[in-house]
Amino acid sequence: MSEAQISLSHICKVFSLGDVEVKALDGLSLGIRQGEFVAIMGSSGSGKSTLMNILGCLDTPTSGSYRFESVPVETLNRRQLADLRNTKIGFVFQGFNLLARTTALENVELPLLYDRHRIVANPQARAIEALQRVGLGDRLDHEPNQLSGGQQQRVAIARALVTNPPIILADEPTGNLDSRTTLDILALFQKLNRDGLTLVVVTHETEVAKYAGRLIELRDGVLLRDEINRQPRDAQADLAVLTGEVSDEAA
Amino acid sequence: MRLHKLILVALKSIARNKMRSLLTMLGIIIGVASVITMVALGEGSQKDIEGEVASLGTNLLMVRPGSIDTGGVRGGAGSRASLTMKDVARLEKNATQLRWVSAEVRASGQVIAGNNNWNTTITGVSPDYLAIRNYAIESGTFFTARDSKTRAKVAVLGKTVADELFPDSDPIGERLRIRNVPFKVIGVMAEKGQSSTGNDQDDIIFAPDNTVLYRLSNGKTIHDISASAISSEAMDAAKEELTTLLRSEHRLATDAEDDFIIRDQTEIVEMATQVTGTLTLLLSSIAGVSLLVGGIGIMNIMLVSVTERTREIGIRLAIGARPFDILAQFLIEAAILSLLGGAIGIFSGLSAAWGVGSLLGVSAVVNPAVVLTTVLFTGAVGVFFGFYPARKAANLNPIDALRYE
Repeated sequence: MSEAQISLSHICKVFSLGDVEVKALDGLSLGIRQGEFVAIMGSSGSGKSTLMNILGCLDTPTSGSYRFESVPVETLNRRQLADLRNTKIGFVFQGFNLLARTTALENVELPLLYDRHRIVANPQARAIEALQRVGLGDRLDHEPNQLSGGQQQRVAIARALVTNPPIILADEPTGNLDSRTTLDILALFQKLNRDGLTLVVVTHETEVAKYAGRLIELRDGVLLRDEINRQPRDAQADLAVLTGEVSDEAA
Repeated sequence: MRLHKLILVALKSIARNKMRSLLTMLGIIIGVASVITMVALGEGSQKDIEGEVASLGTNLLMVRPGSIDTGGVRGGAGSRASLTMKDVARLEKNATQLRWVSAEVRASGQVIAGNNNWNTTITGVSPDYLAIRNYAIESGTFFTARDSKTRAKVAVLGKTVADELFPDSDPIGERLRIRNVPFKVIGVMAEKGQSSTGNDQDDIIFAPDNTVLYRLSNGKTIHDISASAISSEAMDAAKEELTTLLRSEHRLATDAEDDFIIRDQTEIVEMATQVTGTLTLLLSSIAGVSLLVGGIGIMNIMLVSVTERTREIGIRLAIGARPFDILAQFLIEAAILSLLGGAIGIFSGLSAAWGVGSLLGVSAVVNPAVVLTTVLFTGAVGVFFGFYPARKAANLNPIDALRYE
């Protein structure tokens, strides 16, 4: 067993809405190891999105300690946090969050342009490679509004992958997608996971969670369930079943 | 992010809102255009004045009578009728620092030629006057020293006078009467144009000094003495010599005040420069105010832009843009807006200067240093007024920016 890549201890996040204080996370402790595929579940308001934002260094906890690869995140300044987001974390947002009126290629290229530590020799080639990995090699010059939901989501995944981060965080990546596209994305995730990437996926769909190797359920900001899924489903196989015998046209 | 990418992003964003960008730039455009116009016209008229002063004559020194002082009551400059032809003769004989000397005797009156008549000034001068004042003859001849000695009734007409009195014929050899004294026209001057004060320098008749002095004036005093120093370096020496010679000619006691005034062209140039300088400064400060207003316009629209693009900023921050990257992006956008406005302003300012210049008969001079300064200044305006919105954008919290609706 490898050492925990992500380690949360007693994380609290309090939002104050006027006089009322809402505890989104209430003393949560959690460890995630390199190479895990974790699904985080919970009903609306359970704190799963808040947890995700904290994991992605987009938000800071009110109290508690978050160590990313043994580095205490709360000691980093804004610039260091930006670099951490840039090089270590690939974030896939619920609403895709692609730049409008910007081609798929430029969207995927963007994180490389902000990378100051590893000056990338040919960001465009890397972006094309990432788009090909998610099966969008033929949509390079399409802008988000010319792409379907599933395609946009795959552009977002390509953008998360392009910097070769050790971990990918996905917030409801299949939220608005049909079952066929959902399976496409999940198959991609499973493939990436087999290649050694750590994946943390937030979802409210039990079906989706069945493809993950570990299942975490939150309720009211505390851990309700944390169990290993011994036999995760194989998305590629399910996809083949869904598309019938004509599997050669899959994705 | 590298600079050329940032510039590209900024250009794209400006092009996306063409109308808004243009309106934003309008303040800068007007400001820069007025600065450029003012400076070009200011420098142009400065050059015109310098050219005119040069055309007054090279190394020109002018002697005018001093003020009168009767028991403590002082008259104005020229009130003392102290200069005579004897002074001129003395200067011609003894001066070593002067190349040419000429008296100026003026009389005005009605001039009649055939059916035409015209009221103008008749100036009596010596033949050297042409050289002193850089005048040229267009046709015919100028009078000689002999004409002056014999008080010959010959006249050389300025262009305006020639056109008024002899509209259809060649005036050379024609006769005219100045205050009932008959004169013969022997030449016409080349056109000289307007002076800096707007006087028509061609509305003039030249005649020999003694002729005017004895036949049209009082026969005693002259109005001015014009002289040319032998070189521009000798101006001060020439002034000194003039003073010494005239004081001795006028038999002034050592403690007595000069009864004459010597002026040279540097004073005229300085005065003119001061006037145009003040004018340029005044107009430029007005233009500066409009640049300031333009800058505030840029700040305003950049603030709108930051608010509008909060989500985009959130995305950029989330995928690893440092706060500085965001700052640079908005600063560059503001600077480009401002510089683009500046470029359009320079272009329209130059066209306006050229247009107004040719309308008013003033030359417009384009000073590259001014254009460069304007470019740098508008860039600075953009950065200065873009800084607050850009910093606001850079300081956004990624998660708040992403959630912004």
